[in-house]
Amino acid sequence: MGLRQSWRIEPAGDVFASANGAVAPHGYGLGGLTWSELGGQAGDPGPSFSRLLSRLGMDWRSSWLDASGASARAGGFGLPAAHGTTVLALRFRDGVVMAGDRRATEGSSIAHRMMEKVMPADSHSCVAIAGVAGPATEMVKLFQTQLEHYEKVEGLALTLDGKANQLGQMVRENLAMAMQGLVVVPLFAGYDVHRRVGRIFAYDVTGGHFEEIDFHATGSGGRDARAAVKAAWRERISGPEAIQLAVQALYDAADEDAATGGPDAVRGIYPTVALVTADGFEKLDDEQVERSFSELIEARRLAGQAP
Amino acid sequence: MTIPFYVAPEQLMKDRAEFAQKGIARGRSLLALTFAGGVLLVAENPSRSLHKISEIYDRIAFAGVGRYNEFDQLRVAGVRHADTKGYAFSRDDVDARALANLYAQFLGQVFTHEMKPLEVEILVAEVGRDDQPDQMFEIAYDGTISDRTGFAVLGGKNDEIGERMSSSWSSEWSLADAVRGAASALSGGERELIATDLEVGALRRGVERRAFRRVPSDELAEMLSSG
Repeated sequence: MGLRQSWRIEPAGDVFASANGAVAPHGYGLGGLTWSELGGQAGDPGPSFSRLLSRLGMDWRSSWLDASGASARAGGFGLPAAHGTTVLALRFRDGVVMAGDRRATEGSSIAHRMMEKVMPADSHSCVAIAGVAGPATEMVKLFQTQLEHYEKVEGLALTLDGKANQLGQMVRENLAMAMQGLVVVPLFAGYDVHRRVGRIFAYDVTGGHFEEIDFHATGSGGRDARAAVKAAWRERISGPEAIQLAVQALYDAADEDAATGGPDAVRGIYPTVALVTADGFEKLDDEQVERSFSELIEARRLAGQAP
Repeated sequence: MTIPFYVAPEQLMKDRAEFAQKGIARGRSLLALTFAGGVLLVAENPSRSLHKISEIYDRIAFAGVGRYNEFDQLRVAGVRHADTKGYAFSRDDVDARALANLYAQFLGQVFTHEMKPLEVEILVAEVGRDDQPDQMFEIAYDGTISDRTGFAVLGGKNDEIGERMSSSWSSEWSLADAVRGAASALSGGERELIATDLEVGALRRGVERRAFRRVPSDELAEMLSSG
């Protein structure tokens, strides 16, 4: 065995410093694994990308956990961190629509005006994030990589339930950080290619995930967005109607919630709207979203509800 | 104390090489070639689920011949390398050359240090972005790495197949031309290869994310019959 262990591949000059400054035991050589380890013996990460990362000493969560533990001892997490706000998803005839505003806030000031909160998770699903922006975007990146990694290693994509469950585990692993204030609450939706329907999954900070039947919204303006969707949602609503409803719900959320951004005609920044159908994920272009908002604003003005 | 038999290093290497070559020559061949629409990989493989050709990353594919369990473990290691690198840096920082070098080091190590060399020959292909050329790296059981342009042949009988390819191959081929050209080079005209005998994958030129696509059997049958 001594001989086998001796030819571990070390990266040529590629090392990662971990949180405490120590050099990671392996780089990203061939996963830092020996031939016998590649053979599926104990410690093999299998198709899990996050397990592979922890093996390589590249798991970002450990460093945040250290930091948040230290801050808890010092009396709470006092760092300013950007927060993302309103995201929503609703089911329609051919799949799901997912939408989110573009604003990130730090306390009462605006941190970013064009943050993307709705992202494709893979070809037939998408994820939206509300909560602290840093860990949230990192979680999405890890989730996207995990889905692709699993698909490539196993030669088969996860089912939609499998993907939803996987994201739940990631949120749960984030619980210790959530307790320190770094809360991440995603919203997951996709087209189930086996059942041929759009499906939506909502999460809480503990990683619990619950399938929503028709629609859901989360974030600081989530309540207002939900109320707007609830008032107009119907079974077998068409794609264009669903898009219009999502735009309207975001508008209403921005109208009521200070942290939610509305359409920004001056800078040409509009909320993100994406569809997932049997044909896959598709993000609407800005012109189309802009038109939807103009129609909405025009209709409201005619009805005497000028903002 | 017992003194082990002395074996000359030349003899030891020769024995190992022969052992590996024998294992590889038993399997069927595999062909990779560049064509107008990207890089095509064609393997003689009657199995629909045990793949010889697979996706590694956005523009990178992997192909292996020889012992399935050995090259499949190399494939998984390659996916791990690529995904980790893309996650740590950016997707554009993952390239075929670095991966091919790692494979070469790894196979070289196993060849000299392990009881048994790996009985595999592998290929790492990358479709070029914009007007960058396509890249194909062939890595042998002993870690020898070679850079191929145009086409590459892996597995047994590769001289004959290579000769047939060099007389017919053109970089202007369409996908259907390339599939027919590869099938006829692999079969040599003595036997006919039908769609279910082949496993075909392509790295599509111009596709930014995940350019790899498996060509399904029905599409293959259509291309093979339309020639």
